[in-house]
Amino acid sequence: MKPFDYVRPTTVEEAVAAAAQPGAVYLAAGTNLLDLMKGNISRPDRLVDVTHLGGLDRIEHLPDGALRIGALVRNADLAHDAEFVRSYPAVAEALLSGASAQLRNAATVGGNLLQRTRCAYFYDTASRCNKRAAGSGCDARDGENRSHAVLGWSDSCIATHPSDFCVPLVALDAVVEIEGSNGRREIVLDELHRLPGDTPARDSTLEPGDLIVAVRLPPAARGFAAHAGYLKVRERTSYAFAVVSAAAALQIENGKIKQARLALGGVAAKPWRARTAEDVLRDVAPTADAFQEAAWRALGDAKPSGDNAFKIELARRIVVRALTLAAAGTPARLPPLPASPFASTSGALHV
Amino acid sequence: MSELNLTSAPAHLRHGSNIGQPLTRRDGILKVKGQATYAADNHPPGMLFAVMAVSSIARGRVTSLDVTAARRHPGVVDVMTSDHKPPLAIDPEIKTNPFVFRMEALHSDEVRYANQPIAVVIAETLEAATEGAALLAPHYETLPALIGLDAGDSFVPPVVGVGNPTENHRGDVEAGLASAEKRIEAVYETPPQYHNAMEPHAIVAAWDGDKLSVDMPTQGLFLSRARIAELFGIAPDKIHIRSPFLGGGFGSKGLMSGPPTLGIMAAKLVGRPVKLVLRREQMYGPVGHRAPTRQRLRMGTDGEGRLTALDHHARTVSSTFDDFYEPAADASHTLYAAPAIRTSHDAVRVNTGTPLFMRAPGEATGSIALESAIDEMAWACGIDPLAFRLKNYAEVEPITGKPFSSKALRACYEQGAARFGWAKRPLQPWQMRDDAGLLVGWGMGTATFPALMFQAEARAAIRRDGTGVMEIGAHDMGQGAWTALAQIAADGLGLDIDRVEFKAGTSDLPDAGIAGGSAHTATAGAAIHTAGAAVIAKLADLAANDERSPLFGAGNAGVIARSGKLFRRDDESRGESYAEILARAGLAEVEARGTGAPNPASMEEYAMHAHGAVFAEVKVDPELGQVRVTRMVGAFAAGRIVNPHLVKSQLFGGMIWGMSFALHEEAITDRRSGRIMNANLAEYHIPVNADVPPLDVITVEEHDPHVNALGIKGVGEIGITGSAGAVANAVWHATGVRVRRFPIRIEELLTQL
Amino acid sequence: MNHSISLTVNGARRDFVLDDPRVTLLDLLRERLHLTGTKKGCDRGQCGACTILVDGKRINSCLALAISHDGADILTIEGVAHGDQLHPVQAAFIAHDGFQCGFCTPGQIMSAIGMMREGQAGNDPERIRECMSGNLCRCGAYAGIVDAVLEAQGRMDETNQRRSA
Repeated sequence: MKPFDYVRPTTVEEAVAAAAQPGAVYLAAGTNLLDLMKGNISRPDRLVDVTHLGGLDRIEHLPDGALRIGALVRNADLAHDAEFVRSYPAVAEALLSGASAQLRNAATVGGNLLQRTRCAYFYDTASRCNKRAAGSGCDARDGENRSHAVLGWSDSCIATHPSDFCVPLVALDAVVEIEGSNGRREIVLDELHRLPGDTPARDSTLEPGDLIVAVRLPPAARGFAAHAGYLKVRERTSYAFAVVSAAAALQIENGKIKQARLALGGVAAKPWRARTAEDVLRDVAPTADAFQEAAWRALGDAKPSGDNAFKIELARRIVVRALTLAAAGTPARLPPLPASPFASTSGALHV
Repeated sequence: MSELNLTSAPAHLRHGSNIGQPLTRRDGILKVKGQATYAADNHPPGMLFAVMAVSSIARGRVTSLDVTAARRHPGVVDVMTSDHKPPLAIDPEIKTNPFVFRMEALHSDEVRYANQPIAVVIAETLEAATEGAALLAPHYETLPALIGLDAGDSFVPPVVGVGNPTENHRGDVEAGLASAEKRIEAVYETPPQYHNAMEPHAIVAAWDGDKLSVDMPTQGLFLSRARIAELFGIAPDKIHIRSPFLGGGFGSKGLMSGPPTLGIMAAKLVGRPVKLVLRREQMYGPVGHRAPTRQRLRMGTDGEGRLTALDHHARTVSSTFDDFYEPAADASHTLYAAPAIRTSHDAVRVNTGTPLFMRAPGEATGSIALESAIDEMAWACGIDPLAFRLKNYAEVEPITGKPFSSKALRACYEQGAARFGWAKRPLQPWQMRDDAGLLVGWGMGTATFPALMFQAEARAAIRRDGTGVMEIGAHDMGQGAWTALAQIAADGLGLDIDRVEFKAGTSDLPDAGIAGGSAHTATAGAAIHTAGAAVIAKLADLAANDERSPLFGAGNAGVIARSGKLFRRDDESRGESYAEILARAGLAEVEARGTGAPNPASMEEYAMHAHGAVFAEVKVDPELGQVRVTRMVGAFAAGRIVNPHLVKSQLFGGMIWGMSFALHEEAITDRRSGRIMNANLAEYHIPVNADVPPLDVITVEEHDPHVNALGIKGVGEIGITGSAGAVANAVWHATGVRVRRFPIRIEELLTQL
Repeated sequence: MNHSISLTVNGARRDFVLDDPRVTLLDLLRERLHLTGTKKGCDRGQCGACTILVDGKRINSCLALAISHDGADILTIEGVAHGDQLHPVQAAFIAHDGFQCGFCTPGQIMSAIGMMREGQAGNDPERIRECMSGNLCRCGAYAGIVDAVLEAQGRMDETNQRRSA
């Protein structure tokens, strides 16, 4: 790890000023940043520690019905907040399906949004990687890439975004509050993460010094609580990144879907909102055919970036399953294995 | 109770008070309090930190290192490179015996595999040493790497495993296949796997003149000491190695490798104690691994479902510079009674660290292929897999025709199947679902592992206060030597276990051989047993020749040693305590040595193996293809069980490794660079707690008068064998999809479901 | 640049001058305070061997900078037992053979204690397995670990009931 200056600002303004300098990065829990620094993927000159800033660790219910989650709220604290689980069950389930209990206890909401890809070529500093070293090339393109992107990728980068949390958030139109050199602004989460295009080195639309101070779930996000869930296919039962995941949320009235929200994880450089699929679900009955149609739409633009064609079919099936589970209703209690296909495993056998 | 007889009645006929008892671990309190000292926990005064820099290319040459930049980093004390290092007494490329493997000790700028050590940075702090290593920024001359099972021309190695013949046959396989009513031919692939003990390889080395003190986890104290002695040109008795606890070994800490050698060199270079701990990613290269295999199995059966022939060929790899060949096909030697059997191997050389023994080397890789093929053959015959195995049950070892020293496999099949409920299994796949709609499948596999014995020595003493001492340089890598061997020691000394001082884990004790081959308890146990018998014999001699002793003249009748006393065998009312005997003789203690070794006569006469039967249930999501093991039952017959509590744990562990083999583990090598792209614990998947279902182990009673004096066969490795195949077969039974490339991946199921 | 920080470690306040901001809590404990019960298995948050409680919550100490945790209350495996009196989780790990080599054990025990405080798993084995999945065990002692947690949870439930009765 490269030596760095350690700065502990006491106000958001100080933090922004300190982090706007070249070579500076924010330190929150560090569960991703320290990993990257230990691997020499990230070699910052200055760490601006925001964990001691006051007021960023609150969960607030706003008068308009929105929920404002401070950027320093820990993943576990949010996922275990009873009111939060009731109102946004897919988000809680996604949070609990990510990483491990230890990491969730440390990791912050803001940090989760900004975690970087798990692409092995990004992590391997001897490989060419346009995300790590702009213009160096992409060794993933012709490499071991069965877990790489099938949507929104470019020839310069086929990495995926690893977050589970972001997937239901983007489906629910979460808003990101940002403090920057020019004051406060907000953007919808869907506009935070960038597709790679020719400039994959930039994961997000944040400018130097920009600090995420909160994530807001708008009032409408509560309207899906009765029919929402997150489903994540993994290569082991827990403590693994998604092969593919999906968040589905429905508003069902009188046997028809009034509104649908759908997003996919593990398929692109950003949490992938599937709006075309949502559109075909509006005002139709929640049937298997409708969900199949939605799945085809959701993956309409998908193409393999390597040995990963299976992810397209897998993503379609996950979409169908996630929508089916959502339509059946949110379970009263989060399952023992959150977001797992084995969540509801019971004992009885039928031969 | 321990009996001891001056005549030669075999010990396995007797049951002591300690052997067989389910004692909890004697090192348990240290371990749960964080007080068990592993190598990296040591901090001798003045200690510096050493961090290795490793190559990022798989083949070529290091052309430059920025030593200046590393040295300039605050806290860096020195940088050890091929140009700046203490000399070794011998070339580390020279193989002085078959248990010496070539290592990289910075003796050349050549790079032979990715993650090969190329320099060592030594600093006042770990942080400085780590960054110093990063600042070396090596440049290379890179050559195209040899990668994978089809790299270059194949060849037939002279031996596989440790001295096994490359090819074996009995009967005419081609004729057997030609005459068969039904035949199958299938090719299975297994990936490179890495031991990944939780404890990274570590060494704390301190020189004092020509004396060397080493804290290092090792499964072979004495082989390591001998290797260090020859490398550094010092006498073995100048070297003191402490290895009281290993944080897992699984074969990767058996023999001296490059990294600990570099730690000792670094300490010499700077003249201060040095700690060198591998980073997790550095464990994917210089410390061994399980080589990949591609195995072709051909089988035929007659009209009754009896095998007519079994042909098992395995392709594997070794490094470009040394030889270890995974003896995968040998798994077909012992289990199924085919009148014609042929096993053969070939190999290619690739740019990898040299493969090594990894828990059940050969048996694990071979077993998953063999057990899958047996399942395929049974299905081709329309016979239940258990019935098929019973139909082909080997009454003598098929490849040699020798009788088994003991074989309770039939009881394993019966008891395991009964516990599992196997009788209800539908023959056809894709028949069972649970009430959540998940596909359910049941599969089984036969487990087998040879009952080996190595060489060991122990020293026993009885002290004047009536307590005993047992000294043996044995190793506890988690299997429970501190407990199980102490139980054997207590019985051997005729003492309660808390009256025995049991010493192990350091190189100043008698040579206990290597903790490997599932043979350590048997080998070290035999030495302990013999040493105990010898010291009791001396004590008995003292008493029997002393007319003041109630045991006077007992020589011919014999004595029994129990709870610190000797009794006349023919009259247990006559006895006296060890303390009394020694006090009267005016001796502070009596001591004796004992050895454990294989019995060549038994080996000649008998085939000696442990056996087992494993039954697994998996659930598979019918659309998404994710697999979860939901139940496993293993029934094992492994001779005498020294401590059922610990044996159960070891068998559980092996079964989990089997599950991992079938479903999870795989090192992914970049097809161009030869670097391992998942050299970490996030993407090199080993099972987590949620992957492991309720497990059930049955230890089937088995008495074996031939394997060794104690009748012990060993349980460290057998659990993997059978289990991997059972899980793979259960996946087939759930889905109807036969996956022959391991681990079983979601996409292979997905595209066929 | 030197940084003064203070931590409470196993109940005792410790003041340090940290000469290097790169030091993680794990390396601080192991290499500077010589509290080596906490283990380093991967150093990257992927194995759980370094689990400690910080302000009552289990975290991976390898991914926590010491300097950022100025003022924190830290509990490590060395602070769990009261002298010879083992914590119920420690005792249950021995009774159920919840380990073999023992290297992951301090992390497993700290994780189990943290999990019981979180109160999310209760005595449901499936939830315990999930909530303990951040602690790898290569020896494969998971069955014993789950049994140990179940027993310890049961004992602590009993104690709590007795207290409230």
